Amino acid sequence: MVAHLLRLKAILLRNGFRRSPWQLVGVAAAGLYGLFLVALLFMGLFYLGGTDPGFAAAVLVPAVSAAVLGWALLPVLATGVDLTLDPARFTTFTVRPWELVAGLLLSGFIGVPGLVTLFLFAGQALAWRQVPAAAAVAVPCGVLAAVLCLALARLTTTAASALTASRRFRDAAAVLLIVPLLGLGPVLTVVVAGFEDALGWLPRAAAVLGWTPLGSFAAVPADVAAGSWGTAAVRLALSLAYLAAVVGLWKRTLERALETPREGPRGGRTASGLGAFARFPATPWGAVAARCLAYWRRDPRYAVAILAVPLVPAMMWVVAVQAGSTALMLWTGPIVAVLLAFSISADVSYDSTAFALHATSGIRGVHDRLGRVAACAVFALPAVLAAAVLPPVLLGEARLLPGVAGLSLGALASGFGVASVASARFTYAVPPPGESPFKNPPGAGMRMVVVQLATMWVMGLLLLPPLALLVAHLVTGNAAFGWAGLVAGPALGAVLLVAGVRLGGRWFDARVPELMQATVLNR
Amino acid sequence: MTMPLPSLPPATPPVTQPAPAIAMRGLAKRFADKVAVNGISLDVPAGSFYGLVGPNGAGKTTALSMVTGLLRPDAGQVWVHGADVWADPRAAKAMMGVLADGVRLFDRLTGRQLVTYAGLLRGMDRDTVAARAGDLLHVLGLEESAGKLVVDYSAGMAKKIALATALIHAPRVLVLDEPFEAVDPVSAASIRGILADYVAHGGTVVVSSHVMDLVQRMCSHVAVIAGGNLLAAGTVDAVRAGGSLEDRFVELVGGGSATGGLSWLHTS
Repeated sequence: MVAHLLRLKAILLRNGFRRSPWQLVGVAAAGLYGLFLVALLFMGLFYLGGTDPGFAAAVLVPAVSAAVLGWALLPVLATGVDLTLDPARFTTFTVRPWELVAGLLLSGFIGVPGLVTLFLFAGQALAWRQVPAAAAVAVPCGVLAAVLCLALARLTTTAASALTASRRFRDAAAVLLIVPLLGLGPVLTVVVAGFEDALGWLPRAAAVLGWTPLGSFAAVPADVAAGSWGTAAVRLALSLAYLAAVVGLWKRTLERALETPREGPRGGRTASGLGAFARFPATPWGAVAARCLAYWRRDPRYAVAILAVPLVPAMMWVVAVQAGSTALMLWTGPIVAVLLAFSISADVSYDSTAFALHATSGIRGVHDRLGRVAACAVFALPAVLAAAVLPPVLLGEARLLPGVAGLSLGALASGFGVASVASARFTYAVPPPGESPFKNPPGAGMRMVVVQLATMWVMGLLLLPPLALLVAHLVTGNAAFGWAGLVAGPALGAVLLVAGVRLGGRWFDARVPELMQATVLNR
Repeated sequence: MTMPLPSLPPATPPVTQPAPAIAMRGLAKRFADKVAVNGISLDVPAGSFYGLVGPNGAGKTTALSMVTGLLRPDAGQVWVHGADVWADPRAAKAMMGVLADGVRLFDRLTGRQLVTYAGLLRGMDRDTVAARAGDLLHVLGLEESAGKLVVDYSAGMAKKIALATALIHAPRVLVLDEPFEAVDPVSAASIRGILADYVAHGGTVVVSSHVMDLVQRMCSHVAVIAGGNLLAAGTVDAVRAGGSLEDRFVELVGGGSATGGLSWLHTS
């Protein structure tokens, strides 16, 4: 049975490649990146092996703890790193629980993250190579710690699945969870800034973590290296107890999930009237705009983009304070503009196969493009204006206002133009409707990254003229450059917007069936 | 007796009188190494209720996707009331109402919004859309759920709202892929009533289905597809040739002889 499940996982992975070669490229890229990471960290482990054992423990225990914590939390945030073997799918089979537990657990090793963790954890032996006994203990301890990672990931996702089964909860959680994720950057800079003190607190942290489930396995070899066999034995027993507890708990939640299969809660909000459909003009493009606006409000995948609007200034502020220069805040407007314009560049991919309604209605490409831009512009325009006007005014740099505003508005308009072309031609796999915004189809990464980077680059290139004017203003102090930017930015943006919608519309008209089939493939 | 297949030379607009609602000539599609549709030529007479039957994977959905403009054919042509679907898609699509199988809906809209959306996308004016959306929701029994998000609908309700989006612009031809799947008997009966009325007043309906009995009772014409080939086409009476459509279908498609082989399944 266990072998069966492992084979199933491998077959699912392989069949995924047959569906789309891009997936293979994505996994290969992830694999290469994983290999690179493993090589790099192995060098680190080797280096640690040449240092004082106390220092090695002080580094390894917190590092392993962080990895274990990541395994426990990240899958919940991303609603499951891997749902190819969703326990709910085994509801109708009579699989003995322990076999299912072992099979699902070990299947986690078939995949890049699982393998990398396994190798790295077992590789801790390298750091203990001066004490052969410790190195010998490190290998099984590392493997067991890797199993603990997978079990923790399964436990937290299964436990959370009861909550996440409700659509409303999923929608809300998906949006709220982006806050800590986006905040991670500034937090990390603070942590890195405090790294100098790290040598002071790391040993203490290691000592504490070594007794928690997070780091206990990693601390066993350190005890052996220090010659305290008694402590090592106690700690190993404790670690095994932790592992047994986690696996046991997971088995219980799994059994409960299998006995009472989750059912989608029904009901939900009702709305009378037509909402945005009553406010936009009763034309095809107006209808598309109204529909997109409803999605901006109700689909968490879009809400994530909206949430970025208040977060960008917040993050810029953190960075600006650290850099000691508030001038950085002046770039908030252009950045918010590019982000919002960029957010409609995958619109057809986000429609998924519901795009069939557009395809069968024979809507003109120009109207389709225009509607999507209009929906986003409804809130993007005020947001960008605020982001462009407020920082210069509040910072007492009102003289820069024309240049910044021109650049921001130009960025929004030309960004819309680029996005209108991109979404008519370059589709890629995105999280399907109703799923977490962070749950990307496996291996979708490569094509997505290429398309997104290319789109961003084109947007940036087209922004060079107003950007140059703003920089000229900053360098020369001649306000005329700023005013020129206020005219040039929106004017150039308007031209690019019209051109983008036209070109995107023409491509759309020519490629409706191909777009449709792309959404079918990405499903 | 099977009606002889129409063997007009390909790439000529059909000249039969009256012009067929849908004319397919040599329609073909290949996916990688599998031929999904192997050169189908078929006339759907105007005012007919045409059933498209075939086993799973026969190419029904692929063929209908090429008729409705969702999938570009490798070869062949399709006309809808004389408009070439692949040369003049907008004219052809304006005359067609489509219920595609296995596609999502814009399910973050309420039922009423979705139907309205479909009407407005087709360029209809607001008042007509509002009136027709109300009628459709009423007839399909979705009035109470009109304000609920489609994502919270049951499968049958979703099918009905999708049908409403196909009807809103009063098309001359309806192409419905598996319209009765997951629909409860009461709703199915009301949908059949709507379709029969539509045909009685000059509309043309093409439905694909697995349910022979339904096709035999409901349709005036039927085409049998298997393995991407058209095996038989014509009026239901001509195709079934005195027997039941189901027997004739099994005979045409083959298989079905392996019943009664699972002796271990007999529990007594």
